[in-house]
Amino acid sequence: MKLVVNGRPVHIETDAKRPLLWVLRNELDLTGAKYGCGEGQCGACTVLIDGAAHRSCITPVGSVAGREITTIEGLSDGERLHPLQSAFIEYDAMQCGYCTPGMILESAALLRKNPMPSETEIKQHLEGNICRCGTYNRIVAAVQKAAPSVAAEARVKPHA
Amino acid sequence: MPEVITNLDRRAFLQSLGGGLLVLFTYDGAASAQESGGGRRRREELPETVDTWLHIAPNGAITTFTGKVEVGQNIRTSLTQAVADELRCKPESIQMVMGDTARTPWDMGTFGSRTTPTMAPELRKMASTAREALIDEAAKLWNMDRGRLQASEGCICDKNSSKKATLGELAGKINWVQITGRSDCATPPERWSVAGTSLPKVNAEEIVNGKHKYASDHKLPGMRYGRVLRPPSFGAKLISADTNAAAKMAGVHVARDGDFIAVAATDEQKAQSALSLINAKWEEKKQVSANELWSYIRSNGNAEKPKPLTGAAHSLATSYTIAYIAHTPLEPRAAVAEFRDGNLTVWTGTQRPFGVRSELAEALQMDEKNVRVLMPDTGSAYGGKHSGECAVEAARIAKAVGKPVKLIWTREEEFTWAYFRPAGIVDVRSEIDRDGTLRKWEFHNYLSGGSGIRTPYEVPDKQEQFHEIDSPLREGSYRGLASTANNFARESHMDELAAAARMDPLEFRLKNLKNDRLRAVLKVAADRFGWHERKPSATRGFGLSCGVEKGGYVGCCAEIALGPGKQLRVERVVEAWECGAVVNPEHLKNQVEGAIVMGLGGALFEAIDFAGGKILNSRLSKYRVPRFSDVPKIELILIDRKDIPSAGAGETPIIGIAPAIANAIFSATGKRIRSMPILPSFQMI
Repeated sequence: MKLVVNGRPVHIETDAKRPLLWVLRNELDLTGAKYGCGEGQCGACTVLIDGAAHRSCITPVGSVAGREITTIEGLSDGERLHPLQSAFIEYDAMQCGYCTPGMILESAALLRKNPMPSETEIKQHLEGNICRCGTYNRIVAAVQKAAPSVAAEARVKPHA
Repeated sequence: MPEVITNLDRRAFLQSLGGGLLVLFTYDGAASAQESGGGRRRREELPETVDTWLHIAPNGAITTFTGKVEVGQNIRTSLTQAVADELRCKPESIQMVMGDTARTPWDMGTFGSRTTPTMAPELRKMASTAREALIDEAAKLWNMDRGRLQASEGCICDKNSSKKATLGELAGKINWVQITGRSDCATPPERWSVAGTSLPKVNAEEIVNGKHKYASDHKLPGMRYGRVLRPPSFGAKLISADTNAAAKMAGVHVARDGDFIAVAATDEQKAQSALSLINAKWEEKKQVSANELWSYIRSNGNAEKPKPLTGAAHSLATSYTIAYIAHTPLEPRAAVAEFRDGNLTVWTGTQRPFGVRSELAEALQMDEKNVRVLMPDTGSAYGGKHSGECAVEAARIAKAVGKPVKLIWTREEEFTWAYFRPAGIVDVRSEIDRDGTLRKWEFHNYLSGGSGIRTPYEVPDKQEQFHEIDSPLREGSYRGLASTANNFARESHMDELAAAARMDPLEFRLKNLKNDRLRAVLKVAADRFGWHERKPSATRGFGLSCGVEKGGYVGCCAEIALGPGKQLRVERVVEAWECGAVVNPEHLKNQVEGAIVMGLGGALFEAIDFAGGKILNSRLSKYRVPRFSDVPKIELILIDRKDIPSAGAGETPIIGIAPAIANAIFSATGKRIRSMPILPSFQMI
């Protein structure tokens, strides 16, 4: 089966029903996607598939063959952090950080669809992601902070 | 300075150093007795020589060693700040090695809000001693009066000339094994330069780019993925198990040792399939269910006979219930275990790496010196990761299959086989005079715990008692321990007394409160909240509470909105917090906010449901934790008391929110809520 992960083609022999999360983590060593619940309830396993956020723990790997998969490891532009990553640091929008990759990717998916979301829209979009440490209000602030930079980068690189 | 110690037997190494003074660990024994976790609990003495805590490499790289661990409370950052302060160097030059039983000094565990009041001063002591030794060395080298020299920007420099040497250059000339920590040269809070500022999380970049390796991310060559066969209910006994079908699968090993049955496979999917092929028969045992819990506590609690009333103007007797709740750390328990050359190494997320080392040694009948536990910064704990069962299981499987094994508990396992914050009943009886002066206070906590049981209010006649009862569910430490339950009962009851006395809840509390620090946070919170301008109505309520525990003082106000059909929403929370000198204002705010949000879950809707020895809501789709839409506007006021040593802040800010909400509901409806969680009396909007 052929996958495209963070812009690179990958060939893998595995059961098509196996959840994408475990293929990423155990076969491709991309451990930024986390296991939190196994039922799509917490968002820790979130990855982008063709730019939209998906719960990799309930996504059979066979269903995403050939599609563009982006994990947190592929979000930054080389060594330069994505504006959402910088904003999460600036707003101290994490404690243990286990939810952070999922939060950032879910937010990236939101900003693609809605470049200037309101506080309410951010909260609604991220409702399926749990931060057990309770940094929710900081995450909202970080997404709002990053939005203009993400929009500006999208204008320069519309296909990124 | 000697090489970084990699020898597994640190104790033998320390003994070989000889000569150093030894200090006793100062953790309060009574408080630690309330914390959970197995294994040997004997204390060890902390090493007194600088080299065991600190290493300065020739290139100026500083490594600090502490047995404390990072679970999201940001002590990796705050301890770095302490060391940077003392060595007058950049935080970036410091690396903190934490919770590695082979490399860090012994530590009882990261709990009880003890890192800031005990470990930060310990590291300051060692780093300041190192600084003074480096100054001595430069003075000797340059044949100069040491008074001319100072540490600054990673160097020792002469104030009167351009002469300077880096810490790394000088460190190599000192025999650190002979330098013992001095307690007379640490920097007081008013002269802190790195502490007291909002240094960002030191490893934040690794978190946001996904490179940080949690225990569950760790991978070893040839590693297998484990799964453990669980009984269908608590206390069930294994009668028989047929593991043949599982053992026949390619790439699968079955590990069996008495009642312990597990599988290990080349991938997680195969492990799951193999597990499902095991045909086991169990004998189940009758267990207390959630709907029998209160009667169970009542019948086992040896209720105290109420003392006679004194005949004051008002008397009040009320009872409060607290449900079992789950920590629900987003990273479930996880461990990677490897045997090599007779030594066992385990990477696992635990608050007690040294305790888990003991558990492993006991379970595998090994000498502790052949067991090493490493604790990578972990996906949260909240008091829920004191124990090492996942580490022990991973090690047992690894031993049986002869390969490294990773075991990640499923969410259902984490909900079922970890431990819970205990449920309980609190009975309160009190009397007040006509003018609102407290006369009598009787407070009995059944099952939930004794932490925070002492009232901070002035009362001449009081009795406060924790009644221990066997818990139907496995219980253990949880952020704030029982102080959340006790403060909920106390502050709810105080509000009821205020109403009985027809006094304003704030005035009633202040009238009975002498503690200046607690008065300060209560007044500051109420002022910022606009307490005196509040206008309660049938659809809007306002409540307050206060409390003190573990050196942290909290004043909390909540505003709620009520809709038709008993719909409830917490709209605004104002909390004032004081715990001595503030180490990192932004991280402190983050902890206080996080505690409020977590406290909101226990206050409003979190409750473990159980029947017949089974947890009925062992999934995140069934057990509700706070999400984005639940979180109110939160305003915080930090009071920075540079004249008071810093206390920890990871726990106590959680105790204010539940009673503030319950009291707000009363202000709007006249109805008293005496249960945690408050729902299902209300529904969330």
